Amino acid sequence: MSRIDELLETNLKSHKPTGKPATRNRHRIARRDFLKTASALTGGLCIAAYIPELGARSAKGASANVFAPNAFVRIASDDSVTVIINHSEMGQGIYTSLPMLLNEELETDWSKIKIEPAPVDPAYNHTLFGLQMTGGSTTTPSEWERFRKMGAMARLMLVDAAAQKWNVPTSECHVEKGVVIHAASGRKTTYGSLATAASQLKPPANIPLKDPKQFTLVGKPTRRLDTPSKVNGSAQFGLDVRIPGMLYAVVARPPVFGGKVASVDATDARKIAGVRAVEQIPSGVAVVADRFWSAKLARDKVKITWDDGPNANLSTTKMLADFSQQSASPGNLAKKTGDPAAALSGAAKTITAEYDVPYLAHCMMEPLNSVVDLRADSCEIWTGTQFETIDRANAAKTAGLPPEKVKLNTTLLGGGFGRRANPLSDFVIEAVEVAKVAKAPVKVVWTREDDLAGGWYRPMWHDRFAAGLDAQGNPIAWTHTIVGQSILTGTAFEAFGVKDGVDSASVEGAADLLYGIPNLQVDLHSPKIAVPVQWWRSVGHSHTGFSVEGFFDEVAHAGGKDPYELRRKLLANQPRMLAVLNLVAEKAQWSKPLPKGHGRGIATHFSFESYVAQVVEASVEKDGTVRVHRVVCAVDCGRVINPDIVKAQMEGGIIFGLTAALKTEITLENGRVQQHNFYDYPMLRMFESPEIEVHIVPSELAPTGVGEPSVPPVAPALANAIFAASGKRIRRLPIRTSDLATASEAKS
Amino acid sequence: MTSFFLNGKSVSVDDDPSTPLLWVIRDTLGMTGTKFGCGMALCGACTVHLNGQAIRSCVAPLSRVAGQHVTTVEGLSNDLSHPLQRAWIEVDVPQCGYCQSGQIMSAAVLLRENPKPTDKDIDEAMSGNICRCGTYPRIRRAIHRAAEMASEKRAS
Repeated sequence: MSRIDELLETNLKSHKPTGKPATRNRHRIARRDFLKTASALTGGLCIAAYIPELGARSAKGASANVFAPNAFVRIASDDSVTVIINHSEMGQGIYTSLPMLLNEELETDWSKIKIEPAPVDPAYNHTLFGLQMTGGSTTTPSEWERFRKMGAMARLMLVDAAAQKWNVPTSECHVEKGVVIHAASGRKTTYGSLATAASQLKPPANIPLKDPKQFTLVGKPTRRLDTPSKVNGSAQFGLDVRIPGMLYAVVARPPVFGGKVASVDATDARKIAGVRAVEQIPSGVAVVADRFWSAKLARDKVKITWDDGPNANLSTTKMLADFSQQSASPGNLAKKTGDPAAALSGAAKTITAEYDVPYLAHCMMEPLNSVVDLRADSCEIWTGTQFETIDRANAAKTAGLPPEKVKLNTTLLGGGFGRRANPLSDFVIEAVEVAKVAKAPVKVVWTREDDLAGGWYRPMWHDRFAAGLDAQGNPIAWTHTIVGQSILTGTAFEAFGVKDGVDSASVEGAADLLYGIPNLQVDLHSPKIAVPVQWWRSVGHSHTGFSVEGFFDEVAHAGGKDPYELRRKLLANQPRMLAVLNLVAEKAQWSKPLPKGHGRGIATHFSFESYVAQVVEASVEKDGTVRVHRVVCAVDCGRVINPDIVKAQMEGGIIFGLTAALKTEITLENGRVQQHNFYDYPMLRMFESPEIEVHIVPSELAPTGVGEPSVPPVAPALANAIFAASGKRIRRLPIRTSDLATASEAKS
Repeated sequence: MTSFFLNGKSVSVDDDPSTPLLWVIRDTLGMTGTKFGCGMALCGACTVHLNGQAIRSCVAPLSRVAGQHVTTVEGLSNDLSHPLQRAWIEVDVPQCGYCQSGQIMSAAVLLRENPKPTDKDIDEAMSGNICRCGTYPRIRRAIHRAAEMASEKRAS
C-alpha cells in the first residue's frame, strides 16, 4: 500500500523523530482533505461512529442470546467469543494481533476466541483513512486503541450485568478468563450466561483502558490463531470459494497496455467440451466454462486480433536511457535545505552516481481471482481484497446497482503486497463484467502468466546523486534527482497525495532523509508512461532505500570513513534510528574479521514510522554468484503487540527484499512484457535463504508499521556487503552475476 | 471415468484424462487444500503424494494416477497430529499460508526418507517450493523440530 500515512496528519502523535526536517510534512495533507476525497470516491461515506448506536448494534447479526455491544465483538450464550476483523489477513498476522488487542481488555479465555471477517460497513473504516482497507503498514496503528476500547466496552457491560444480577457494586467484581467473579460472596458466572442480560444495557459513557504496565497479553509472543487452518488445507482463500452453480472463467487481455480487441474468432474455442461462453468484455475476451481447465484450454484456442493502440513501442531499455537523460536536469522540488549548489561547488571532493531499479510484479502466490454472483437486483462477491470500500463502490458502479446492494465477502488473501488494493478495483470489476456475460455465478481466475503480464507494477525508477565532501571527508552537500512514474496521479488519491508536481510516494525515504547533511536537495521527474503502476510492499521506499543507502556507502568510502561510523555520526540527532543502528552493529559484530571473500554491508531506513537497520554478510563466487550468508535486523516499531509476528514480518520482508535485489525485473519490448512465469520471474528459494536474526528495540511509544519497513534496507545492505567483499559497486537491480564475475575473478 | 484413491478413499471422475490432477482435486472433487501457483511445476504449491512420492499435481494428467494412491494435505492427518503439522504450529510458520500445503507435502516425503535431515538435505528437498512471504527460515526450523518430535515418538 501507499505511504498514505506519510500523506496524512496521522494520529501517531506520541512520537516525532527529533531533528526531522521541518519540511517533511510539506506533502502531508490534512486528514479532512483525504476524507473529502474518499467520500467523493465512494459516494458519501461517513466516518464510522466510534461506538455504534444501539440501533445499529442490534442489526449486526445479534440474536436474543448473543451480546453484540459493538461492531467488533459478539459473545454467545455458549461462551463463544467472535471477534469481527475489519482488516484483511494476507500473512501479516492481524487475525491474531487484533484479537489480542481486543482481548487485552475483554479478558475472556483466549482459546474461546473465533475470528470472522467484517462485512463492508462504515463502522469498519480505517480510523486514519475513513475507508475499509488494509495497507500502508497501518492496521495496528489504526486499531491499537479502537480494538482495546471495543473489548473494554464489552467487559464493562458484562460486569455491569453480573453486578445487577447479584445486586452488588461493579467495583466488587472482577474478571478472570471470561468469568465474572464477586470474590466477597464467592459468586461466579461466565460471560456467556450474561449475554442476554448485557444486551439490555446501555453502553458506558466512559471506557477507561488499562495502563500498559498491566498488559497480560499485548507484548507476549502468542501463537497465531490462523495457523491450524493453514496446515491442514482448510483455510479458505478466494480461489477456494465454491458456490452452487458456479462456472469458471479466464480472460484474454491485450498483450500491450491500452490495447483493444479488433476481432475475435471463437470457433475452435467453443469446440472445447464444457465451454459456455466466449464473449468480449471491456478488458478483453472472457472465456467461461464448467471448469477452470476447460476455460484455460479454450482461451488458448481463441483467435484474437488486437489493436495494440499507441503503446506498442514501449521499451524499458529505451526508458532506462530516457530516465537517465531526464535526471541530468533537476525536476520538481521535493525538498531543499541550505544551498546545495554552492556547497557542491565549494566542496573538497564531489562524487556522483546513478541508480536504477526495474518494474516489479507483486507476484502473490495466490493469483488474482474473484467470485461473483450477479443477480438482477443484487450482487455478491467473494475475493481476497485489501480495498473493501473502494471495491464495493466500483463493483456497484459496474453492476449498475447501489453499493448497498453489493455484498462483498473478504476471504483470506494468499499474499497481497499492495496488489489487492487496486485503485480501480481491476480484478473485481472485471469479474463483474464476466458475470454479466456468464449469466451465472462465476469464478474468474488469473493464471501466473496473466498476473505477471497484468501491469500495476512497482514503478521503474532512476536516481541520480551528487555529494560534496569537506576536507575531512564529511558530506556537506547531497542532491538527489528521482525519475519515475507517479503512483497516485490519475487515481482518486491524487488530490491529497500529489502537491506541486511531487508525488510524495515517489520521494518518501529521500526527501525525509534522517542524516544530518546541511545542504540537501531532492527533486522529482514523473514521466507519464502507459504501464499501470501501483504500490508494492514499501512503495517508494523500495527504491529510495536502495539508492540512498547505497550512495551513502559510496560517500563514506569516498571520505575514507567506516560506513557504520559515518551513519552514527550523522544520526546523532535521531536517537531512535541511532539505537537500532548501534544494536544491529553490535549483534552483527560489525568490526569482527570475516572469512576471506566475505563482506558486511550496513543500511538503515525509516519508513511507515518505524526504524530499521540491517547488516548483511555476503560473498561473491568466481562466476559472480552472490551468496547471502546472514542478515541481522534491528527494528524499533514502537510498542510491540506480538513479538513473534514482528519477527516473522521482518524475516519475510527481508526475503521479499532479497528477491527484488537478486532475482526479479519486469521488462517490456515492443510494448510487451517479457516475463511469463517463475522460470523468468524467479523467486528466492530455500537454498538461497540466509540465516536471519531479528532484534526488537523495546518501546512504550505507540505502535508503528511492521509489514513493510524491513524491505527497504536489505537491498542496499547486500549491495554494500558485495562492495566490501568484491570491490564492485552495485547501482542497478536486480544484481547480475555477469556484472560481478570479472571483479571477483580479478580479486581472487 | 477415471478411478483412483484419494486420501485412502476410492473416487471416480469423468474429467478428460488429460486434465491436470490439480484441477480434478480442486474443481471436480472440491478438495481445495492443494493450491494453484504456476501451472508449470515451478512453485510447488500443488504438491501431493502419488504412491508416497511428491509430485506436482498441476502437470500430472489424471490418466497418470488411474488406480493409484493420491494423498493431499487433507489426508496427512485428520486431527493436526502429524509431526509436521504440530511443528508448523509450534514454530508458527505460515504467514499468508497459501504455499504451506505444498511445503508440508514436500517436507513429509523428506522426513519419511530421511528422519534426521541436515540443512543441506532440507535445501535439496525444499527448493522446489516457493514461499513469497519468506517463511523459509521457519520452514527449516519446523522441519528440524518435526524430526525431533518424530524421533521422540519413536523412542517412547
